[in-house]
Amino acid sequence: MRKVAVIGVGQSNFGELWDASFRDIVLSAGIEALEDAGLEGREIEAMYVGNMSGGRYLAQEHIAALIADYAGLAELHIPSTRVEAADASGGLALRQAYMAVASGVHDIVIAAGAEKVTDVGSEAAMEILASAADREWEVFAGATLASLYAMIARLHMEKFGTRPEDLAMVSVKNHKNATLNPKAQFRREISLEIALNSPYVAEPLRLFDCAPLSDGAAVVILASEEVAKTYTDTPVYISACCQASDYLALHSRKDLLTMRAVVHAAKQAYKQAGIEAKDIDVAEVHDSFTIAEILAYEDLGFAEKGKGAELIREGVTNLDGDIPVNPSGGLKACGHAVGATGIRQAVEITLQLRGDAGKRQVDAENGLALNVGGTGATAIVTIFTR
Amino acid sequence: MLPRFWRKIKYRYDLVGTKCENCGNYYYPPRNLCPVCRRKSKIREVKLSGRGEVISYSIVHEAPEDLKAEKPYVIALIRLDEGPLVTSQLVCEPEEVKIGMRVRKAFRKYGEDGEAGIIYYGTKFVLDEV
Repeated sequence: MRKVAVIGVGQSNFGELWDASFRDIVLSAGIEALEDAGLEGREIEAMYVGNMSGGRYLAQEHIAALIADYAGLAELHIPSTRVEAADASGGLALRQAYMAVASGVHDIVIAAGAEKVTDVGSEAAMEILASAADREWEVFAGATLASLYAMIARLHMEKFGTRPEDLAMVSVKNHKNATLNPKAQFRREISLEIALNSPYVAEPLRLFDCAPLSDGAAVVILASEEVAKTYTDTPVYISACCQASDYLALHSRKDLLTMRAVVHAAKQAYKQAGIEAKDIDVAEVHDSFTIAEILAYEDLGFAEKGKGAELIREGVTNLDGDIPVNPSGGLKACGHAVGATGIRQAVEITLQLRGDAGKRQVDAENGLALNVGGTGATAIVTIFTR
Repeated sequence: MLPRFWRKIKYRYDLVGTKCENCGNYYYPPRNLCPVCRRKSKIREVKLSGRGEVISYSIVHEAPEDLKAEKPYVIALIRLDEGPLVTSQLVCEPEEVKIGMRVRKAFRKYGEDGEAGIIYYGTKFVLDEV
């Protein structure tokens, strides 16, 4: 396998982008990535696109060709492929692009993620996201994605003593980080009191425990090590990109408090990268709900099982802590553009390792991104190294 | 969506699951392949007792459109006595539900496709007086 580098990154603003179409959003991220890499466009050999549900959010399928077309690449006739794993679609696109370069099939490949959710109402958008869970046996019974994570949260509280305050602190931290990210959806601080007094969505989870659904797109351009050197002096290498799956429905899993797909993907990724959890200096994790960030601390090995909340209590994952987590603001405050999220995380870690993260810059050699689909039936762990 | 629903009527109305005769595990929702035994699976359908215990629960305040009228409602993970975990609504007041409480199945309405559409029924759970 060849060594793979990130040579360019781009991201649209995340949020309710009423005046921008799906194509506009993708293009803004794509152009930024091409400029960042110093590419004209014709160097691109293939494209992978993560998109959860163009069919239901936009009544538009055939997204991969559409994006290649509007990115100005139609004349090049490159293979463009859409991949889907609910809100882990972006992570899948990254992994497909990584494998295409690592295998030697292609030298320069785009991994994109994009979602436009505000062309349907917010209730319809939530309902579409719920198809990440088991439609026939969870959603039919009245489960929402929030309520499934809520049942995990309640059990975590019951078994390990995690408190609503701990969950709220995750939200407060991520909102604070987002104030330093010009592309984030919510760029304002919130207090613990506001988070703890916000209305319930699914008890014990409140409004500020839940990431929004956002419009947004993100693009990374990958190249082989040799090719990367001709384009950039500051390549960031992908030292592992591992994916795992699990039972689709929460009720089928043996341990409700462990995302075994995350554990498997992380174990493989650490092994492949030749590092351990303690070597990670910065991470972007999938905080679709605050409890998911606590589980990520545990399942990625930053904390022992059951002790995830201690990291947030002790400030370990703050921007100035030992392992800053979600410096971008995470899904909670940067926004959750579903299929774009996995790529957006890769953009953030690349910026952090290059030293281009502006006011939210942390000192980091090794970075990790964790993208999760639904309640954990798909996980992608990617490790980046300077 | 009608065929998609009625294909599952037996399993939803009566809590019919499956059992793998090779390893003895019970499955609900029913599976045709045992994830423990895979090709050695020996699956047969079984009617489950419909009694179990609440493992975790949530009170849903932000409900999907077709369940708006019901909110807030209780969704729970219930460990059936045979072993499988089921996602189901609990028919009780939100204040009544506790982790560890005993529940049993009950035949209830789930929703309908508008005024002229079909009505969906299935299994919910109610508190079990011991």
